[in-house]
Amino acid sequence: MAREFLVATYSDANSLMKTVETLRAENLKIHDVYAPYPIHGLDQAMRLNRTRLPWVTLIAGLCGCGVALAFQFYTAVLDWGMNVGGKPDNSTLAFLPIAFELTVLAGGLATVAALLLRARLYPGRRECLIVEGVTDNRFALVLPKSDSPRPRQILEQSGPDKLEEKEAEL
Amino acid sequence: MSSMIQAAEEGRPGGLPYQQILPAPRWVDGHPTLGEITGDVVRAMEARPGKGWWICFAIALAALGNLGVMVAYLFAKGIGIWGLNSSVGWAFDITNFVFWVGIGHAGTLISAILLLFRQQWRNSINRSAEAMTIFAVMCAGLFPLLHMGRPWDAFFIFPYPNQRGPLWVNFRSPLVWDVVAISTYLTISLVFWYLGMIPDLATLRDRAAQGIKKAVFRLLSLGWNGSHRTWSRYEMVSIILAGLATPLVVSVHTIVSMDFATSLVPGWHATIFPPYFVAGAIYSGFGMVMTLLIITRQTMHLERYITMRHLDAMARVLLLTGSIVSYAYATEFFSAWFGGNLYERFHFINRATGPYAWGFYIMVLCNAITPQLFWFRKARSSVAVLFVASVLVNVGMWFERFIIIVVSLHRGFLPSSWAMFYPTVFDMGILVGAFGLFFTCFLLFIRVLPMVAIWEVKGTVGHGAHRMALSDDESAPEVAHG
Repeated sequence: MAREFLVATYSDANSLMKTVETLRAENLKIHDVYAPYPIHGLDQAMRLNRTRLPWVTLIAGLCGCGVALAFQFYTAVLDWGMNVGGKPDNSTLAFLPIAFELTVLAGGLATVAALLLRARLYPGRRECLIVEGVTDNRFALVLPKSDSPRPRQILEQSGPDKLEEKEAEL
Repeated sequence: MSSMIQAAEEGRPGGLPYQQILPAPRWVDGHPTLGEITGDVVRAMEARPGKGWWICFAIALAALGNLGVMVAYLFAKGIGIWGLNSSVGWAFDITNFVFWVGIGHAGTLISAILLLFRQQWRNSINRSAEAMTIFAVMCAGLFPLLHMGRPWDAFFIFPYPNQRGPLWVNFRSPLVWDVVAISTYLTISLVFWYLGMIPDLATLRDRAAQGIKKAVFRLLSLGWNGSHRTWSRYEMVSIILAGLATPLVVSVHTIVSMDFATSLVPGWHATIFPPYFVAGAIYSGFGMVMTLLIITRQTMHLERYITMRHLDAMARVLLLTGSIVSYAYATEFFSAWFGGNLYERFHFINRATGPYAWGFYIMVLCNAITPQLFWFRKARSSVAVLFVASVLVNVGMWFERFIIIVVSLHRGFLPSSWAMFYPTVFDMGILVGAFGLFFTCFLLFIRVLPMVAIWEVKGTVGHGAHRMALSDDESAPEVAHG
């Protein structure tokens, strides 16, 4: 569903950052910022919540570890015990390297999958660029269109390269 | 620093563009604009490859063809065509395996460990280093497969429900750990590499005219549109993956070393092996990164991004890891003498004076002596010296594995079964062929994918500007000097 946005385009991150700080100081809503690289400090300026993705890593990692230990215990102790060099069936210490590897594997893959799901990135998705060049050398500050004149005023004062109203599906 | 920023900010309304006042970013030459960075990296991919690239590619392709022929013959005849015998059952195959796994480690070090340490110099070299990791692990994976003799039964090494009991694999064996570790390492490295490339693929997509190229980049870039909310999560995921890959890379070579260290063979049975192998892996990998980056920067004209300061930093890492490796060699000899075990002592005397002593001295010359050159700034700032030294490092590290494996096996506990290993033309051919596979992949990579991480370099260069905006942010690392 297409919505209407107020889009200011800049050619450097500096003026964009200052505008974001001004907008947030007045508690005005920012839809998003589009940039060719992650601008450090913008998270705080936009007051974004810290992502919960690390929890996915923790939970998936623990599952990977648990499954690896349980599977090795099942195969080596319950299902078909083998005497290898007189070592005990339940050689827990020897099961740790594989448990570690599966912790990393499950944690890593699940985190990436969660990122792609959360950011709605998938093969075949048609990109929706708010302005041309945001993957190259432009920065776009996107506000939801509102009835108040204040956001527009701030954007105008910030000296953007271009200020326009746009309908887009973001 | 803050006064410089202030000066820059004050100077700006005075008519001077602030780029001239801002100190140059340390890891890029000059002040490229964002658009210029995209252009510089993409131009190298869009232009027709130069003569240098074609010559390298032709040689690599010939070696790869040779690998195909040799492997086909190997599958038809069996591993009897190698120079192995009942005393030396592991030789070139496992030497090559350990060599290639080791090469891969520097890529992860650069992409993950240096990211955690916030080392900005990794930004223009991490992409090619990660690609190198993947191709090196592919080459490494080839050798256990060939070594099995019956590669069509390779799936036996995976624990799957079967009709032989089910007889599961022996989870107490480092060889099984190795299978899991290397597969995990390859998977995580691939994911890390691809994830890092998504924003750059989107840049390429937006530059490409309609056509197949655009369609392919569109498919690969997953609809990336530069949203900062996504960037924020994306950076968190990069840090998490780096945090996972760091212990992973240490575990991989530790487990490879346990293939040897858990046995009773003199020369293998040593507790020093895990750290010794990890240091050696990073050392050899940095040697290979150096070789590849010198080739890339000369053939693709990326001197602006892969600067002499990068090569200097890598030379310092070579000096450090080379010295750790030399210390480990000395420790091995010391333990053999001090430990008082006759077999161990014999092994080390044999290593330095036996029939393979020449290999041992090549190893010492390349690994212990060559990196000491890098104490001198002159050596660190000469491309020719760096290139030759980086190749020597790789020669030395290949010989290190050969010495550890073959010299330990050829004179074991039972003198009546002492034997020599002589490589056959097939041993040599497959060794050369693996380099063909590696370089073919790498040369294709630098043609079709962005070999410098465009967005990360932009972040490095844009950093000075963002410091100005956030002048109260003391936590931001200082980069914009010198």
